[in-house]
Amino acid sequence: MSSLELRNISKGFKSGKVLDDVSLSVDAGEIVVVFGPSGTGKTVLLRIIAGVQDPDAGAVVIDGADVTDSAPDQRGIGMAFQNFALFPHFSTFDNIASPLEARGTPAGKLKEQVGAVARMLKIDHVLGHAPRELSNGQKQRTALARALVAQPKVLLLDDPLRNVDAKLRYEMRLELPRLLRTFDAAVIYVTQDYKEAMALGDHIAVLRNGRIEQWAAPATVYRAPASVEVARLFGDPTINLLPCRLEAWGDGCGVTLFGRKLPVAASYLRAVGHDVIAGLRPEHVVVRETEMSSAIAFDLDAVMPVNVRSVLYLRGPAGVELLATVAESDAGKFGRGHRKVWIDFAPEDLLLFDAATGARLAPRTEARTN
Amino acid sequence: MDQTSTFEKITRGILIVLVLLFFLFPIFWILLMSFQNNDQILRIPPSIAFEPTLQNYTALLTGKLETAAGDLDIAFMRNLGNSLLLSTCAVLLSLALGVPAAYAFARFKFRLGENIAFTLLSFRFAPPLLVLLPLSLYFKQLGLTDTYVGLIWVYQLICLPLILWIVRGYFEDISPDIENAYRIAGHSWWRAFSRIAIPLARPGIAAAALLAFIFAWNNFIFALILASASKQPVTVGALAFVTASGIQYGQIAAAIVLSVTPTLLLALYAQRYLVEGLSLGAVKG
Repeated sequence: MSSLELRNISKGFKSGKVLDDVSLSVDAGEIVVVFGPSGTGKTVLLRIIAGVQDPDAGAVVIDGADVTDSAPDQRGIGMAFQNFALFPHFSTFDNIASPLEARGTPAGKLKEQVGAVARMLKIDHVLGHAPRELSNGQKQRTALARALVAQPKVLLLDDPLRNVDAKLRYEMRLELPRLLRTFDAAVIYVTQDYKEAMALGDHIAVLRNGRIEQWAAPATVYRAPASVEVARLFGDPTINLLPCRLEAWGDGCGVTLFGRKLPVAASYLRAVGHDVIAGLRPEHVVVRETEMSSAIAFDLDAVMPVNVRSVLYLRGPAGVELLATVAESDAGKFGRGHRKVWIDFAPEDLLLFDAATGARLAPRTEARTN
Repeated sequence: MDQTSTFEKITRGILIVLVLLFFLFPIFWILLMSFQNNDQILRIPPSIAFEPTLQNYTALLTGKLETAAGDLDIAFMRNLGNSLLLSTCAVLLSLALGVPAAYAFARFKFRLGENIAFTLLSFRFAPPLLVLLPLSLYFKQLGLTDTYVGLIWVYQLICLPLILWIVRGYFEDISPDIENAYRIAGHSWWRAFSRIAIPLARPGIAAAALLAFIFAWNNFIFALILASASKQPVTVGALAFVTASGIQYGQIAAAIVLSVTPTLLLALYAQRYLVEGLSLGAVKG
């Protein structure tokens, strides 16, 4: 039995439908990342689970009990807000203690538990401070400690790393999964950052336009995105999207890109004749300095170093723009760009999407993707 | 920031002095008058040099006014007590009614909500004389004429809109997520209201209560029409010094000094909250 189950949740406002028939379930000890661009109803979904907002239709089930009509204080949920939502007139200690205090925990045990969770989050030295005296990182940890302290069965984290600096975000991304494992709660983690989603999630629910567009393990979302939009949202630099047409050639089929005929798996045959969009991850583009027979000539416009990989901006025949990444150690030979290069890629790396619906045309053999 | 020239500094100084003179001189003059008798006050030309007397204050405190036409009983101290009682009770009642109402208007959307809030505000637009005639008729029928309850009720016209609209703004400035977080932590609605919303809006509530108190204290017309001497506040009571044998300027001045003192002290004491309260929304991070 799942710790948390959402059944066909729908919610609309005056401006339109925000959530449309959303269902998902989270087991104890599992982290589900709800990922999506801003304005897709992620926060509304969390509010509905917490009981702060009511769904128009559907049910929220916690540990087998329907809590759709219960007040927020009856649900036993822990939640960390994006804007921290600390109580400004309480000390850090009282902030963290408030869920325990509500449950009538005796003073001695309360002190012990607050101390334990504060030590775990390394904020035990600021327990006497008021929230306004804390750094953003400490505020975020206080909010997290408050959500965790009562060991809730369901933990909701609304983009908790949004308002902290890059270094801390990186540290927390490493630290959070380990921390959350020790609590054995059903965790829903909302984020707009695909790296965070990949780092933290056991499963990812990609929410778009109020619907779950894809529900899968992080690696699957990356390698086999359900649609063009998911592919575009997942990955930095973004995937190259190239409109083309799927044609039958003899026995098989293929697409023509950059004037080159590329055969694709036979299982795409059923979509022959369709306009498609070919997606090509930048890291699958091989960039060479020297001409090779099969490679395609591109102009290299710019080289941008980003941590371990450099991003190359390429312009090809008929002005097609293409992004590629290469290891930073290899980037040196390209200088700062403005030169001719030759690119190559394996046709198997192409992801084909239906141009009309945006849905991915999955070949029946998913050997490479899973 | 020492870029202001000497000329600017001097001009600014002169202008500030002029403004202060304009506002403070009447108060200063009243204070001087309260220590003079009628003859000294009515001297022409007026002079600052005089022999101070406490007779105005003793007359007010003892309730015996000696005039050329004989002794007069005045109920000034009683008026002062009435003012205190009426204003305090009116503000307390307004707080009890207005703060929860302000919270409701700030947090919940309900049918006709904005209309109700605006109607309450509109009580401040109407000149009191407009409602006084029908009110005095109703009060006669209900037996509320010349009662404290009736006056406190009418004072809600002054206090309630003020408190409602100022405090509403404060509640709107508090992120609902802070209350939501407290609810999710497991606290009831009432505890979230009393332990989160009220304390966070406290500067606003204090500022609104103080303003309401001052407005109630300064009210004249309601008590003049709806109450008799025994229930009237100082603002109306001061009329008693317009006697058959002349206007008792000295006593009026002393009465003003005494009746301004409580609000002045209250305002000085609450100044901190007032400034903080009226500017909090603007500077909050």
